[in-house]
Amino acid sequence: MALEKKIRELKEKREKMLLGGGEEAIVKQKAMGKNTARERIMAILDTGTFNEYDMFVEHDARDFGMDKKHLPSDGVVIGTGTVHGNPVAIFAQDFTVAGGSLGLMHSRKITKIMDHALKMRIPLIGINDSGGARIQEGVNSLAGYGEIFFRNTISSGVIPQISVILGPCAGGAVYSPALTDFVFVVDNISKMFITGPEVIKTVLGEEISMEALGGARVHCEITGNAHFFSSSEDECFSQIKRLISFIPRNNQVRAAVTETVPPEAGYDIEKIVPGDPTLPYDVREVIRAVADGSDFFEIQEMYARNIVIGFGRMGGRTVGFVANQPMEMAGVLDVDSSDKAARFIRYCDAFSIPLITLVDLPGYLPGVDQEHAGVIRHGAKVLYAYSEATVPKLTVILRKAYGGGYIAMSSRHLRADFVLAWPGAEIAVMGPEGAANIIFRKEITSAANPDEMRRQKVDEYREKFANPYVAASRGYVDAVIEPSETRRMLLHGLEVSENKDVQMPWKKHGIPPF
Amino acid sequence: MEKRDSEKLIIDQTAYTTRLSSRFASRKPYAPPVAGKIQSFIPGTVVEVLVQLGDTVKEGEDIVILDAMKMKNRLKSHLDGKVVAVNVKPGDRVTKGAVLVEIV
Repeated sequence: MALEKKIRELKEKREKMLLGGGEEAIVKQKAMGKNTARERIMAILDTGTFNEYDMFVEHDARDFGMDKKHLPSDGVVIGTGTVHGNPVAIFAQDFTVAGGSLGLMHSRKITKIMDHALKMRIPLIGINDSGGARIQEGVNSLAGYGEIFFRNTISSGVIPQISVILGPCAGGAVYSPALTDFVFVVDNISKMFITGPEVIKTVLGEEISMEALGGARVHCEITGNAHFFSSSEDECFSQIKRLISFIPRNNQVRAAVTETVPPEAGYDIEKIVPGDPTLPYDVREVIRAVADGSDFFEIQEMYARNIVIGFGRMGGRTVGFVANQPMEMAGVLDVDSSDKAARFIRYCDAFSIPLITLVDLPGYLPGVDQEHAGVIRHGAKVLYAYSEATVPKLTVILRKAYGGGYIAMSSRHLRADFVLAWPGAEIAVMGPEGAANIIFRKEITSAANPDEMRRQKVDEYREKFANPYVAASRGYVDAVIEPSETRRMLLHGLEVSENKDVQMPWKKHGIPPF
Repeated sequence: MEKRDSEKLIIDQTAYTTRLSSRFASRKPYAPPVAGKIQSFIPGTVVEVLVQLGDTVKEGEDIVILDAMKMKNRLKSHLDGKVVAVNVKPGDRVTKGAVLVEIV
């Protein structure tokens, strides 16, 4: 046969494969507001850069009628391409083919592209849209999942791994996203749970819809399993591309450096934080007042709002911001905010992204529910993460830094490189009200007018201790600065730390309080 | 973000003006468990009640069999005493924390 005829034959075979589960299935997919697997890949990658592999892979299962089933590309599309000109590896499950269910060859395709990603040291993007294990393939499906989870773990901290939940991702399958760095979810489309509503109803008698059990909002607001929320797939793709622009392609190189752009003119940094330490403000305004272009890419915005994390740039270089949020739960540290901060700190440390911490907190949240939920164990994660991190660590104490919270929020003692404090900073063992009541209890209870004595003692304590100078006198704070000097000092601190080299004692790895 | 008004949160005798999380606002105040209340630790179905009103029971004795998670769970007494209330019968579906039998 002449070559041209063979080329025509190839084109015909490809056309068939590109239809996936067929026109009808595609219509159903679109009706749910969902795109097809290849459409999603094309939307994320730079135009014209997608190279697909294993398009013609077929399953060889014979049981339960599988020998009669022809499943195009075995329900998953894999390949490589570029995002912002940088190579990435990508896979997308095809819900139109047997519900995107995972069988042996399907999983082999995914593990193949995962192996490529690790070998080539490029980011891995996984689009999950699957009904779960292909029951007809039995234990082979379980084996498939296991091989995926192992690779997610081995690649963790070496290459960025991004999971996009664009459909159901249930049962064991959901552990792959859980092992990756960032999870993207879309309202009304993403569904993640270990056990679904039907089983929960049968075994426990609890009734709940899929959306209320494991929809996008649940994972963004309650469980903390997801990092980015969007209302449409298109919005989601923009977020993914934006994230990739901030992070390096592997742990051996730094993130791309852009041009330095000053913050927008509208921010008056001296007017953002109220003088009265009990009044709230949005700490993200302070971040925007110092970051390049006032551009702040927040992560897990809807979870544990009392702490803020995200990426920005300083002098063109990506930095990770961690900041207490006084307008939510007074910016306290608690179980969820500790988890949120600790994992982000470790992500930045793994990928050589400097950390800038803004401090304004009254301490930890009291309560039996917090104590019984393990605030001790979870809170310890923040201490561990900051201590372990060897990336440049810059801290700015904006206002309150009381007690254990002062220590945990990237203090000198956890080896922050530069600790700056604003003039209104209150670095003390606790707030004046609480402290005076303890230290001067005798004077207060034995006074002729206890209330007046208490007021006097609170003022005394405030005068003496609620300021940055006691800490500065010990060198726990490197400099007390005017708010308007903040950006300049941070830029200089980052410049100076460019080649920071700190060696930790050799260990296989520590034992963080998981 | 939804509009939520600022309220007060007291930490170390200082009142902070701030928004409260829905989790904090809807938390259940702690109530210590009462030894004599035999409660279901999980939603399930009562299979059998092994005691009657007025029975004397010993600590560790099986009181109720609760069908849950495909297991027949045996709920035991935490103290020596007398059965003062039996709130369920076989076949009843119960929620987590439901008080099934009371012993004094």
